[in-house]
Amino acid sequence: MEAYVSLFIKSVFIENLALMFFLGMCTFLAVSKKVSTAFGLGVAVIVVLGISVPVNNIIYHNILAPGALGWAGFPDADLSFLRFLAFIGVIAAIVQILEMALDKYVPALYNALGIFLPLITVNCAIFGGVSFMVERDYNFGESVVYGIGSGVGWALAIVALAAVREKLKYADVPDGLRGLGITFISVGLIGLGFMSFSGVSL
Amino acid sequence: MASSAKEMKEVLFGPIFANNPIALQILGICSALAVTSKMENTVVMCIALTLVTAFSNLFISMIRNHIPSSVRIIVQMTIIASLVIVVDQVLRAYAYSVAKELSVFVGLIITNCIVMGRAEAFAMKSTPGLSFLDGIGNGLGYSVVLLFVGFIRELFGSGSLFGTQIFALASEGGWYQPVGFLLFPPSAFFVIGAFIWILRTFRPEQVEPKD
Repeated sequence: MEAYVSLFIKSVFIENLALMFFLGMCTFLAVSKKVSTAFGLGVAVIVVLGISVPVNNIIYHNILAPGALGWAGFPDADLSFLRFLAFIGVIAAIVQILEMALDKYVPALYNALGIFLPLITVNCAIFGGVSFMVERDYNFGESVVYGIGSGVGWALAIVALAAVREKLKYADVPDGLRGLGITFISVGLIGLGFMSFSGVSL
Repeated sequence: MASSAKEMKEVLFGPIFANNPIALQILGICSALAVTSKMENTVVMCIALTLVTAFSNLFISMIRNHIPSSVRIIVQMTIIASLVIVVDQVLRAYAYSVAKELSVFVGLIITNCIVMGRAEAFAMKSTPGLSFLDGIGNGLGYSVVLLFVGFIRELFGSGSLFGTQIFALASEGGWYQPVGFLLFPPSAFFVIGAFIWILRTFRPEQVEPKD
């Protein structure tokens, strides 16, 4: 249990996907102008990461990993080179299914997430989370915790940036820096803040 | 092919400064900043991305008239993912140490918005030859920013370039005190912010309007 808590804290703060690994930057910069939309996107990322990391974990360990096809009578098969194709297909399918399910059963949430769901398929944070799960060899329980934790970390980062940018509107920024330039520098400063967590050992 | 030499030149060189994918279109920042602390990794990443963008543009453009628009995203994804698998396998075979350091970031080329964005915005409506050039051009635009960031971070962060010592470090009896901060991830944001500032000082038409 303790290991799970520390993995959660680690994935939210210390190894924040957005600020330490630069994942999901395109949407991170493009959709962080208002806190309310940033929050919506953040929730969508938590949901998709929380589902797709464990699902890909099952697929990887039962089909793609070297020797994983032993149950089907192919103990020597190694399909791990197919993992990129498999993961991106699974992520796209999960997003699509989630979109249809939400539309049918929870229309309020569907309307709130709206345009963000399809955007998430090409969000590197999702694919990055899945790749890290494979590289670090998480088991099923860890992958659930890691998926949700890293999603929460990403959501936290984008809400923080959106809050900063809402205030930045009133600042008198030099011409060349206005817009994208100052946003990059603000992200850098938030990243510096998050770096102080790296001294925390659990 | 009816395209003139001028058009081809514009497609190839336009994205480098005039329409840079990172500085202006906010595309493809995702997978790459973490690899810029060393020039060697940066160069490998740039070559990989340029090749993937160029060839995915080429193949998608070749079959653009046969893709039903309802499933085009999946078709594009499949082509891009297959190309990335090829790149990944080649790197593992011939440059294993670099592949190990780039770790998940090679795979992340798949979700790099430049590749998808150019496939969707350009290759779906242009001839294969032009699309190929557009892919190379955008790959170069991306590489310019990445190499700039990698150059600054490695030179001033550890006093070396491509692993060869350029500045003699103070810890080894030399004169240069390395800026350790540049080796940390957040420093890349400051360097890119500065790059955008410099670029827009010389090209004032890229300055964003006030809200």
